[in-house]
Amino acid sequence: MKIPEYKPRDWKSHPPYVFKAYGSSVKRGPLRKLVPVRQTSSEITGPLFGDIKLEAGENDLTRNADTGKEAMGERIIVFGRVLDENERPVPHSLIEIWQANAAGRYRHAVDQHNAPLDPNFIGAGRCATNDKGEYRFLTIKPGAYPWLNHPNAWRPAHIHLSLFGPSFVTRLVTQFFFPGDPLIPLDPILNSIPSPSGRRRLIASYSHDVTEPEFALAYRFDIVLRGRKSTPFEKTRR
Amino acid sequence: MKQTPSQTVGPFYAIGLTCKPMNVLATDSTQGQRIRIEGRVFDGDGQPILDAMVEIWQANAYGRYNHPDDKQEKPFDRSFTGWGRSGTDEKCFYSFETIKPGPVPGPGDTVQAPHLNVVVFARGMLVHAFTRIYFSEERANESDPVLNSIKNKDRRSTLIAAREERQGNTIYRFDIRLQGKDETVFFDM
Repeated sequence: MKIPEYKPRDWKSHPPYVFKAYGSSVKRGPLRKLVPVRQTSSEITGPLFGDIKLEAGENDLTRNADTGKEAMGERIIVFGRVLDENERPVPHSLIEIWQANAAGRYRHAVDQHNAPLDPNFIGAGRCATNDKGEYRFLTIKPGAYPWLNHPNAWRPAHIHLSLFGPSFVTRLVTQFFFPGDPLIPLDPILNSIPSPSGRRRLIASYSHDVTEPEFALAYRFDIVLRGRKSTPFEKTRR
Repeated sequence: MKQTPSQTVGPFYAIGLTCKPMNVLATDSTQGQRIRIEGRVFDGDGQPILDAMVEIWQANAYGRYNHPDDKQEKPFDRSFTGWGRSGTDEKCFYSFETIKPGPVPGPGDTVQAPHLNVVVFARGMLVHAFTRIYFSEERANESDPVLNSIKNKDRRSTLIAAREERQGNTIYRFDIRLQGKDETVFFDM
């Protein structure tokens, strides 16, 4: 079988497994050298979720608690494109997101931060990219929240995302941040990314064009997944 | 274009990723031998991790992946996606109900022993880790190109799940060690 391989993980873009300033990584990041694997059908295939049934409203976190009431907080539109390294759109691909509420609290038993839960906000949603690789969520701007990593530690407001792409090796879990947040330079999780440009790529940009008058501000977050090593089809013309 | 950097799933991934069970891959109509995979993920202190998440991707019973890039002319099992996800329970166990996959092609003319492709996530893991689960009774493990590519032979055993029979069911135990002298082999792929 001919194997159209994917480009390797770019370790200048991704964090190392262990980054001391992020305390939890010290005992949980693998320490041995990774064993290289030549890509086979096991690696270049992967779950496509072609038959997944997304219900209407799964990408509207302001209302998907199904209480009939809207979540509290600042409504925002989160949108963008999923592309690969060769600038090709990644169409019909599942995106899952999760986040804290406007007060900076997750609806999770482990989160004991003394901030109110919102009965009308779950903090999770899903959608699939369209044929151009575009996605869109409506949600609430998450709050910052404290954590125990170091004294007076606060996570900047962020939204977690999970993506699959077309193969097993294109899997990505990441999170994005909001422009102008003063906590961003202090965050050891973001700072684990070795290059300044890599860190910048996790900060969404404000989009006045997509902002809806008298409704919601819009933030654009584009995502780049691993692409094929060679392009077996015609080159894209731009 | 440069790859978007990875970040940890954090401690609260369950609200987004495991609120619905996704760890049962085999349905009544799925062809193949029913198996259960279970185990725990351990940190560098040997402590089981309560907030880890494991995903698997596998071929069907004939050794074909449910994906257009698998061009083999082996039977396709419509009832089997080959993908599953499990968080960890209150005793830190992940588990899957699935079928044993068939062998799949390796590089050149080689054949890979039956295996599951595994992704490990956890709070504290800034990047997910790739590994594989092989089956202890398989003679084909001896000629598997990926197992044989692991230069330190002692480490190959970290990828072999131990088989046991429990009340007539076949269970494979596969613990994942993120660090330590028995650190699981993780792949760069």
